[in-house]
Amino acid sequence: MIRFDYARPADVAEALRDGADAQAAYLAGGTNLVDLLKENVARPTRVVDITRLPLSGIAEIEGGGLRLGALATNTRTAYDERVQADYPLLSSAILAGATAQLRNAATNGGNINQRTRCYYFYDVGTPCNKRSPGQGCAAIGGVTRIHAILGASHQCIATHPSDMAVGLAALEAQVRVAGPGGERVIPFGDYHRLPGDEPWRDTTLQPGELVTAIDLPPETFPTHYTYLKLRDRLSYAFALVSVAVALRLEAGRIAEARIALGGVAHKPWRRPEAEALLRGQEPARDLFGAAADALLSGAKGQGANDFKLPLARKAILRALEQAAAGTPQSQTDKRIA
Amino acid sequence: MSQAALSLKDDPGPALASRPIGTLPVRLTINGEDHALDLEPWVTLLDLLRERLHLTGTKKGCDHGQCGSCTVLVDGTRLNACLKLAVSLDGSEVTTIEGLGQPGNLHPLQAAFIEHDAFQCGYCTPGQICSAVGLIAEGHAHTRDEVREQMSGNLCRCGAYTNIADAILDVMGQEGRE
Repeated sequence: MIRFDYARPADVAEALRDGADAQAAYLAGGTNLVDLLKENVARPTRVVDITRLPLSGIAEIEGGGLRLGALATNTRTAYDERVQADYPLLSSAILAGATAQLRNAATNGGNINQRTRCYYFYDVGTPCNKRSPGQGCAAIGGVTRIHAILGASHQCIATHPSDMAVGLAALEAQVRVAGPGGERVIPFGDYHRLPGDEPWRDTTLQPGELVTAIDLPPETFPTHYTYLKLRDRLSYAFALVSVAVALRLEAGRIAEARIALGGVAHKPWRRPEAEALLRGQEPARDLFGAAADALLSGAKGQGANDFKLPLARKAILRALEQAAAGTPQSQTDKRIA
Repeated sequence: MSQAALSLKDDPGPALASRPIGTLPVRLTINGEDHALDLEPWVTLLDLLRERLHLTGTKKGCDHGQCGSCTVLVDGTRLNACLKLAVSLDGSEVTTIEGLGQPGNLHPLQAAFIEHDAFQCGYCTPGQICSAVGLIAEGHAHTRDEVREQMSGNLCRCGAYTNIADAILDVMGQEGRE
């Protein structure tokens, strides 16, 4: 592993001072950063250990909603009674990812800031614009089974690996951030970005900024939801395609609809026009097909991942049916009902 | 305050940016025994256990959090020791396979793994057993399917999964309801 200096601040202000250096990296659960340090992909000169910061609580927000501390672990969040009762989609998405050991260590802030698992990003022997800007992209024209079908650029076709983030996108969470300029709140849809001409920037977080919490809004989706994840083995694998759906049904019609996709783009993938098609309508397979087509409009395979286009369409249909029926996908029994 | 506690032995200077690379004082309780250590920040818990403390029961399989053979309990919670910088665990209690039981006084899971023939080569076994201790303490698994899902972070290249699940369910004191 590379050599680095180490700081362990006691509060956020101290952490921001320690993290102000562009070559500093914040360390929380370590499940991604320590791996990237070993792989020589992350090369900070200083690791700022934020594990002692008072950001591990989960608390109700006055006026509605739930604030998830950035340092609350994925395990604690997934099994929190309020999360399970009011935002079971989030609990399901978290439990669909990784393993018990990793979820016990991984934090909420770390989860949404994890890097892509693109093989070429991890292999420092191959060019990668995300790892080394301007080098080129070995994934384009390479082995692309896990890569993007939506929102890719000529510089990068990586996907975001998080399941939790897909659930948070559907719930329209907000990311609370502290930085040298004070605090700000970023709508979840604006937090992750598409690669464009700057694929090294995964998020809109600015240098030195620190995620302090993730806020879940007052609107809950306790019944009509699902997180359907399709992958190469039944547990402990990243999504090839995943679908988060949250619906609110009123008198047999869809009053509110959210659909977010994982495994297909550089960020959780949503399209307002796809969700607008569903509002005011009665659940029906034709309607779900139209929404799927709108959500996947413009999708393009890279060759080895062309299968993701029909897979995603079928997964969206099935996920909408699961959510409408109030029969969410089990994360233990992986048979798709 | 925390910085003072972490000042380098040979460099008490206040400015972090001017700190040379060196060791940091770390206190850990490992299998009930207190250890006052001086560690470089890049030492993982796994390398500390194996290379410095010679607690080689904890295995290094992939060293990337993909196989689970390094699973230990930190403050009672199962973690991958390969993905933890030891300095970040300052003040924690660590339990490894050596701390669970001894010959003649086996932990119930150790005895159950023997009873159910839950291993062949045995390389993954310390991680499997530490993981199973964590699983039982967590209390989220009740059926065979749930045990299998909650143990998915521990790979067994010999494929002893059926017997591993049997051993864990035996200790949980119930039959799997498949």
